[in-house]
Amino acid sequence: MKKGIRWAFVIFITPVLLWLFLLIVLPHIDLLIMSFRIEDDFGNSTWSVSNYLNFFNEPIYWLTFARTAVYSILVTSLTFIVALPVAFFITKVVDVRYQGFLTMLLLLPFWVSELVRVYGWMILLRESGVINHFLLKAGLLRQPVEMLYNDVTMVMGLVYTSMLFMVVPLISVLDSLDDSLIEAAYDLGANMGSILVKIIIPHSMPGIVSGSIVVFMLTLGNYLTPNLMGGKNSLWFTEQIYNQFIASFNWNQGSAFGFLLLLLSSLVIWAGLKLTGQKLSKVVK
Amino acid sequence: MIRTLPNSRRYQVGFKLYMFLYFGFLFAPLLVTCVLAFNDSQFPSLPWKGFTIEWFTANLPERVGIFHDTINLYSIWVSARVAFFVTIFSVGVGTCAAFLFEQEDFRFKQGLYFLMLAPLVVPGVILGISILLFSNTLGMFFEDHWALDVGLFRPGFWLVVLGQFSFIATLVTLVVSARLKKFDRSLEEAALNLGANRFEVIWYITLKFLRPAIIGSAAVAFLMSFENFNTTLFLVGSDATLPINLYLQVRDGSTPVINAISFLLIVFTSTAALANLYFSKKER
Repeated sequence: MKKGIRWAFVIFITPVLLWLFLLIVLPHIDLLIMSFRIEDDFGNSTWSVSNYLNFFNEPIYWLTFARTAVYSILVTSLTFIVALPVAFFITKVVDVRYQGFLTMLLLLPFWVSELVRVYGWMILLRESGVINHFLLKAGLLRQPVEMLYNDVTMVMGLVYTSMLFMVVPLISVLDSLDDSLIEAAYDLGANMGSILVKIIIPHSMPGIVSGSIVVFMLTLGNYLTPNLMGGKNSLWFTEQIYNQFIASFNWNQGSAFGFLLLLLSSLVIWAGLKLTGQKLSKVVK
Repeated sequence: MIRTLPNSRRYQVGFKLYMFLYFGFLFAPLLVTCVLAFNDSQFPSLPWKGFTIEWFTANLPERVGIFHDTINLYSIWVSARVAFFVTIFSVGVGTCAAFLFEQEDFRFKQGLYFLMLAPLVVPGVILGISILLFSNTLGMFFEDHWALDVGLFRPGFWLVVLGQFSFIATLVTLVVSARLKKFDRSLEEAALNLGANRFEVIWYITLKFLRPAIIGSAAVAFLMSFENFNTTLFLVGSDATLPINLYLQVRDGSTPVINAISFLLIVFTSTAALANLYFSKKER
């Protein structure tokens, strides 16, 4: 019987090791190696740091990188600001009877492909779009306005896309917040603001951190929304990676970009966990 | 403030208005997409020119509905096949991983667990390019050393399957693990005492207990694979999956056929989501 148990262990661990090493560990090591190699004119490849030097010497590269990082932080904060009242309403304010229904309604749009949702925004907002049609009909506009292809629209699209990953963790932490704490604070004369800052936010911290990490990572790595809703000047760093890989066919340069993006996202996730003293294994639940 | 406390009227009305606007924001793009799938116009925009289902059924020179649109139909078929294999692989490996992390003890377990979580926090684009690079490296290695040309290592169907599997398996692992945690191990011990071997125990008892989690995670895995864009973008060969194919069409201008496809997707996914929710409620 002892032997049988070891066999089970072997059967369980083999596919898991194959998966993690062949598809996660080795590819990322390869990414790191490729980013430190260049090809000369004769097709021979040598070690070099010039891929990284290119990144710092070309303003367009590091500017896009900084832009992507700053906008991702902005999107994460906006998503939080929009999602907190929603989660609070569903867990604490609305009649208990409607709670399940509203939660379900909230999740429904996110089962639909991101592409379909972005496409929906495009037909709403573009120059010949639905919103322009109604504004013209109502006489509020004389000329149709192009509402797509600018940074504001892009940020709105990114907030829309990542909403779910903020609302769900917030609902689950607020659900565990005991109502009597808020009642006690209210009886002692606290106003809305101090209840929010002293009770709700501290209690929701685990949910806020896990939501923010996921939203930040997804926004940073998003390609569809910036590409379809952003304008010519709203370059996203993933587009630079795509250009290097598919358009210029410079895989070494693309690897360097990819590795930098991976570094940034890991760094921010690590900092977020450290600042709030949480563990990754807790947060992903 | 909350439902048990007295609230001013202004607070309640204001909050309800906010929620109303929020749900409007949430559903507006989907609603518009669906409605315009039935507009009798060459473009997916207003004015409303009358109701038609031609964008689904027509087969005219200037108007080819989705049921006759071979390119889009083929990409749906590709996506369905990819999703099928991704589901099979990730449910298989994810269940193994759940047993491994919940029921076995070994050295470096913590490290391996951490590694298993990693795909969730690596951006999909990075997963895509690193798998593309590695498969290319392997392909070159095989060609240089054994003069073998292995199709698997070139961008295409199986690389897409592997790329999506690499992170969907993590999700399955987490869902199945969560259920396995609730499993009463004395049931296994009882079966072992009664003379069953380890595999019989797993097959007849543990897997029966895990069935709802396995079915639920399979449904989620199928949907996630069907809709994946970021990782697929770098691994796709000549057979485009549906999201890639739609992306190319949306980028270069669009016709109501895309609305028709979107409508079908919305109906299909919301039915699946509701069914999933219904069955998981019933199970509890």
